[in-house]
Amino acid sequence: MIQVCFFLGAIGCLGGAIAVIALRNPFYSVLALIVHLISLAGLFLLLQGEFIAAAQIVVYAGAVMVLYVFVAAYVGNVDEPLWEPIPGQRFIAPVIGLALFVELAIAITGSGLKAIDTTGPTVDIGFGSPSAIGKLLLERFLVAFEAASLLLLIAAVGAVVLAGRHRAEDPNATQETA
Amino acid sequence: MDITWYLVLSALIFAVGVSGVLLRRSPLVILLCLELMLNAGNLALLAFSRSLGNQDGQVFALIVMVIAACEVVVGLGIIVAAYRRRIPLNVDDLRSLRG
Repeated sequence: MIQVCFFLGAIGCLGGAIAVIALRNPFYSVLALIVHLISLAGLFLLLQGEFIAAAQIVVYAGAVMVLYVFVAAYVGNVDEPLWEPIPGQRFIAPVIGLALFVELAIAITGSGLKAIDTTGPTVDIGFGSPSAIGKLLLERFLVAFEAASLLLLIAAVGAVVLAGRHRAEDPNATQETA
Repeated sequence: MDITWYLVLSALIFAVGVSGVLLRRSPLVILLCLELMLNAGNLALLAFSRSLGNQDGQVFALIVMVIAACEVVVGLGIIVAAYRRRIPLNVDDLRSLRG
Protein backbone atom coordinates (compact mmCIF):
# COMPACT_ATOMS: atom_id res chain seq x y z
CA MET A 1 0.00 0.00 0.00
CA ILE A 2 2.77 2.41 0.95
CA GLN A 3 4.62 1.48 -2.23
CA VAL A 4 1.56 2.22 -4.36
CA CYS A 5 1.10 5.60 -2.64
CA PHE A 6 4.79 6.43 -3.07
CA PHE A 7 4.85 5.64 -6.77
CA LEU A 8 1.60 7.52 -7.40
CA GLY A 9 3.04 10.56 -5.62
CA ALA A 10 6.39 10.20 -7.39
CA ILE A 11 4.72 10.00 -10.80
CA GLY A 12 2.65 13.11 -10.01
CA CYS A 13 5.73 14.95 -8.75
CA LEU A 14 7.94 14.09 -11.71
CA GLY A 15 5.20 14.56 -14.29
CA GLY A 16 4.37 17.98 -12.86
CA ALA A 17 8.05 18.97 -12.75
CA ILE A 18 8.68 17.93 -16.34
CA ALA A 19 5.47 19.61 -17.50
CA VAL A 20 6.64 22.86 -15.86
CA ILE A 21 9.68 23.04 -18.11
CA ALA A 22 8.13 21.41 -21.18
CA LEU A 23 4.95 23.48 -21.64
CA ARG A 24 5.40 26.65 -23.68
CA ASN A 25 2.58 28.66 -22.10
CA PRO A 26 3.65 29.97 -18.64
CA PHE A 27 0.03 29.70 -17.44
CA TYR A 28 0.01 25.94 -18.01
CA SER A 29 3.41 25.73 -16.34
CA VAL A 30 1.91 27.28 -13.21
CA LEU A 31 -0.95 24.75 -13.27
CA ALA A 32 1.57 21.89 -13.69
CA LEU A 33 3.47 23.19 -10.66
CA ILE A 34 0.25 22.99 -8.61
CA VAL A 35 -0.07 19.30 -9.57
CA HIS A 36 3.56 18.82 -8.54
CA LEU A 37 3.03 20.54 -5.18
CA ILE A 38 -0.06 18.51 -4.29
CA SER A 39 1.68 15.22 -5.14
CA LEU A 40 4.65 16.36 -3.05
CA ALA A 41 2.31 17.00 -0.12
CA GLY A 42 1.21 13.36 -0.42
CA LEU A 43 4.85 12.27 -0.20
CA PHE A 44 5.31 14.48 2.86
CA LEU A 45 2.38 12.64 4.47
CA LEU A 46 4.14 9.33 3.76
CA LEU A 47 7.20 10.72 5.56
CA GLN A 48 4.98 11.60 8.56
CA GLY A 49 5.21 15.35 8.06
CA GLU A 50 1.54 16.06 8.67
CA PHE A 51 1.92 19.74 9.44
CA ILE A 52 4.37 20.32 6.55
CA ALA A 53 1.96 18.60 4.15
CA ALA A 54 -0.93 20.79 5.31
CA ALA A 55 1.21 23.94 5.09
CA GLN A 56 2.37 22.88 1.64
CA ILE A 57 -1.20 22.66 0.36
CA VAL A 58 -2.60 25.73 2.16
CA VAL A 59 0.34 28.11 1.80
CA TYR A 60 2.12 26.88 -1.31
CA ALA A 61 -0.49 25.35 -3.58
CA GLY A 62 -3.06 27.83 -2.26
CA ALA A 63 -1.63 31.28 -1.63
CA VAL A 64 1.68 31.41 -3.52
CA MET A 65 0.28 29.75 -6.62
CA VAL A 66 -2.66 32.18 -6.72
CA LEU A 67 -0.04 34.93 -6.89
CA TYR A 68 1.62 33.13 -9.81
CA VAL A 69 -1.68 32.63 -11.60
CA PHE A 70 -2.52 36.33 -11.32
CA VAL A 71 0.89 37.42 -12.62
CA ALA A 72 0.82 34.85 -15.45
CA ALA A 73 -2.62 36.13 -16.46
CA TYR A 74 -1.47 39.77 -16.16
CA VAL A 75 1.77 39.40 -18.09
CA GLY A 76 0.13 37.11 -20.61
CA ASN A 77 1.93 34.97 -23.13
CA VAL A 78 5.62 35.62 -23.16
CA ASP A 79 6.85 34.64 -26.58
CA GLU A 80 10.06 32.73 -26.40
CA PRO A 81 12.42 33.59 -29.22
CA LEU A 82 13.13 30.86 -31.70
CA TRP A 83 16.75 31.85 -32.17
CA GLU A 84 19.31 30.87 -29.59
CA PRO A 85 21.65 33.51 -28.18
CA ILE A 86 24.03 30.76 -27.10
CA PRO A 87 24.28 28.13 -29.84
CA GLY A 88 23.48 24.60 -28.75
CA GLN A 89 22.21 25.57 -25.33
CA ARG A 90 18.98 23.69 -25.93
CA PHE A 91 20.99 20.47 -26.23
CA ILE A 92 23.64 21.15 -23.61
CA ALA A 93 21.20 22.11 -20.82
CA PRO A 94 19.44 18.69 -20.55
CA VAL A 95 22.85 16.97 -20.68
CA ILE A 96 24.04 19.09 -17.74
CA GLY A 97 20.82 18.31 -15.85
CA LEU A 98 21.25 14.59 -16.50
CA ALA A 99 24.89 14.73 -15.41
CA LEU A 100 23.84 16.48 -12.19
CA PHE A 101 21.25 13.78 -11.50
CA VAL A 102 23.75 10.97 -12.10
CA GLU A 103 26.25 12.68 -9.81
CA LEU A 104 23.66 13.15 -7.04
CA ALA A 105 22.42 9.56 -7.42
CA ILE A 106 25.97 8.23 -7.12
CA ALA A 107 26.47 10.39 -4.05
CA ILE A 108 23.23 9.14 -2.46
CA THR A 109 23.59 5.44 -3.21
CA GLY A 110 27.32 5.41 -2.54
CA SER A 111 27.14 7.23 0.78
CA GLY A 112 28.12 5.27 3.87
CA LEU A 113 24.96 6.24 5.75
CA LYS A 114 23.49 3.04 7.16
CA ALA A 115 20.06 4.38 8.07
CA ILE A 116 19.44 5.36 4.46
CA ASP A 117 18.50 1.81 3.38
CA THR A 118 15.79 1.46 6.03
CA THR A 119 12.36 2.97 6.37
CA GLY A 120 13.59 4.89 9.39
CA PRO A 121 13.11 4.24 13.10
CA THR A 122 9.68 3.86 14.62
CA VAL A 123 8.57 7.24 15.88
CA ASP A 124 5.98 8.46 18.34
CA ILE A 125 2.40 8.98 17.27
CA GLY A 126 2.80 12.78 17.45
CA PHE A 127 5.79 12.94 15.07
CA GLY A 128 5.34 15.91 12.74
CA SER A 129 2.01 16.91 14.20
CA PRO A 130 1.15 20.63 14.44
CA SER A 131 1.60 20.66 18.21
CA ALA A 132 5.08 19.10 18.03
CA ILE A 133 6.23 21.44 15.24
CA GLY A 134 4.71 24.45 17.00
CA LYS A 135 6.48 23.57 20.21
CA LEU A 136 9.81 23.31 18.39
CA LEU A 137 9.21 26.59 16.54
CA LEU A 138 8.37 28.53 19.69
CA GLU A 139 11.03 26.99 21.92
CA ARG A 140 14.16 25.79 20.18
CA PHE A 141 13.84 27.71 16.93
CA LEU A 142 12.32 30.92 18.25
CA VAL A 143 15.04 33.12 16.71
CA ALA A 144 14.61 31.52 13.27
CA PHE A 145 10.84 31.90 13.58
CA GLU A 146 11.07 35.62 14.41
CA ALA A 147 13.67 36.20 11.68
CA ALA A 148 11.33 34.51 9.18
CA SER A 149 8.45 36.76 10.19
CA LEU A 150 10.67 39.84 9.81
CA LEU A 151 11.83 38.60 6.41
CA LEU A 152 8.21 38.14 5.27
CA LEU A 153 7.39 41.69 6.36
CA ILE A 154 10.38 43.10 4.46
CA ALA A 155 9.44 41.08 1.37
CA ALA A 156 5.85 42.37 1.50
CA VAL A 157 7.05 45.99 1.79
CA GLY A 158 9.53 45.39 -1.02
CA ALA A 159 6.82 43.99 -3.29
CA VAL A 160 4.61 47.03 -2.66
CA VAL A 161 7.53 49.35 -3.46
CA LEU A 162 8.44 47.40 -6.60
CA ALA A 163 5.00 46.92 -8.08
CA GLY A 164 3.31 50.06 -6.79
CA ARG A 165 2.30 52.65 -9.36
CA HIS A 166 4.54 55.69 -8.94
CA ARG A 167 2.41 58.52 -10.30
CA ALA A 168 5.12 61.10 -9.73
CA GLU A 169 7.73 59.03 -11.52
CA ASP A 170 5.60 57.94 -14.45
CA PRO A 171 6.46 60.94 -16.69
CA ASN A 172 10.14 60.24 -16.08
CA ALA A 173 9.65 56.59 -16.94
CA THR A 174 7.96 57.41 -20.24
CA GLN A 175 10.71 59.90 -21.05
CA GLU A 176 13.33 57.27 -20.42
CA THR A 177 11.75 54.82 -22.79
CA ALA A 178 10.87 57.43 -25.42
CA MET B 1 9.80 2.52 1.40
CA ASP B 2 13.52 3.07 1.91
CA ILE B 3 14.72 6.60 2.44
CA THR B 4 16.97 6.17 -0.62
CA TRP B 5 13.90 6.24 -2.89
CA TYR B 6 12.87 9.64 -1.57
CA LEU B 7 16.41 10.99 -1.90
CA VAL B 8 16.74 9.79 -5.50
CA LEU B 9 13.36 11.32 -6.35
CA SER B 10 14.48 14.58 -4.78
CA ALA B 11 17.70 14.51 -6.86
CA LEU B 12 15.60 13.89 -9.99
CA ILE B 13 13.31 16.86 -9.25
CA PHE B 14 16.35 19.04 -8.55
CA ALA B 15 17.93 18.06 -11.88
CA VAL B 16 14.67 18.85 -13.70
CA GLY B 17 14.65 22.28 -12.03
CA VAL B 18 18.26 22.97 -13.03
CA SER B 19 17.55 21.99 -16.64
CA GLY B 20 14.54 24.28 -16.62
CA VAL B 21 16.58 27.26 -15.42
CA LEU B 22 19.14 26.59 -18.15
CA LEU B 23 16.56 25.97 -20.89
CA ARG B 24 13.82 28.53 -20.47
CA ARG B 25 13.97 32.25 -21.23
CA SER B 26 10.85 33.58 -19.52
CA PRO B 27 11.63 34.89 -16.00
CA LEU B 28 8.25 33.59 -14.80
CA VAL B 29 9.12 29.99 -15.73
CA ILE B 30 12.62 30.40 -14.27
CA LEU B 31 11.01 31.37 -10.95
CA LEU B 32 8.83 28.24 -11.20
CA CYS B 33 11.96 26.14 -11.73
CA LEU B 34 13.55 27.71 -8.64
CA GLU B 35 10.46 26.56 -6.75
CA LEU B 36 11.05 23.04 -8.09
CA MET B 37 14.60 23.06 -6.73
CA LEU B 38 13.50 24.38 -3.32
CA ASN B 39 10.83 21.68 -3.14
CA ALA B 40 13.40 19.00 -3.97
CA GLY B 41 15.45 20.30 -1.06
CA ASN B 42 12.35 20.16 1.17
CA LEU B 43 11.72 16.54 0.20
CA ALA B 44 15.32 15.62 1.07
CA LEU B 45 15.02 17.46 4.40
CA LEU B 46 11.86 15.56 5.31
CA ALA B 47 13.37 12.25 4.23
CA PHE B 48 16.41 12.77 6.44
CA SER B 49 14.19 13.97 9.27
CA ARG B 50 12.23 10.71 9.01
CA SER B 51 15.36 8.57 8.77
CA LEU B 52 16.84 10.18 11.88
CA GLY B 53 13.55 10.25 13.79
CA ASN B 54 14.20 13.92 14.53
CA GLN B 55 11.74 16.71 13.82
CA ASP B 56 14.31 19.48 13.33
CA GLY B 57 14.37 18.83 9.58
CA GLN B 58 10.64 19.54 9.37
CA VAL B 59 11.10 22.93 11.02
CA PHE B 60 13.91 23.58 8.53
CA ALA B 61 11.54 22.71 5.65
CA LEU B 62 9.00 25.17 7.05
CA ILE B 63 11.61 27.95 7.06
CA VAL B 64 12.55 27.02 3.47
CA MET B 65 8.88 27.52 2.54
CA VAL B 66 8.98 31.01 4.09
CA ILE B 67 12.13 31.86 2.11
CA ALA B 68 10.46 30.57 -1.06
CA ALA B 69 7.41 32.77 -0.44
CA CYS B 70 9.65 35.85 0.03
CA GLU B 71 11.58 35.05 -3.14
CA VAL B 72 8.34 34.65 -5.10
CA VAL B 73 6.94 37.95 -3.84
CA VAL B 74 10.05 39.95 -4.77
CA GLY B 75 10.57 38.09 -8.08
CA LEU B 76 6.99 38.58 -9.20
CA GLY B 77 7.22 42.25 -8.15
CA ILE B 78 10.24 42.68 -10.43
CA ILE B 79 8.42 40.91 -13.29
CA VAL B 80 5.32 43.11 -12.94
CA ALA B 81 7.46 46.28 -12.71
CA ALA B 82 9.41 45.25 -15.84
CA TYR B 83 6.17 44.50 -17.71
CA ARG B 84 4.73 47.91 -16.77
CA ARG B 85 7.79 49.67 -18.19
CA ARG B 86 7.48 47.73 -21.45
CA ILE B 87 10.75 45.95 -20.86
CA PRO B 88 10.74 42.64 -22.78
CA LEU B 89 10.32 39.71 -20.42
CA ASN B 90 13.29 37.70 -21.57
CA VAL B 91 16.27 36.97 -19.39
CA ASP B 92 18.65 37.54 -22.30
CA ASP B 93 17.37 41.12 -22.59
CA LEU B 94 17.27 41.80 -18.85
CA ARG B 95 21.03 42.11 -18.65
CA SER B 96 21.08 45.35 -16.69
CA LEU B 97 20.10 43.32 -13.59
CA ARG B 98 23.31 41.33 -13.88
CA GLY B 99 25.65 41.89 -10.97
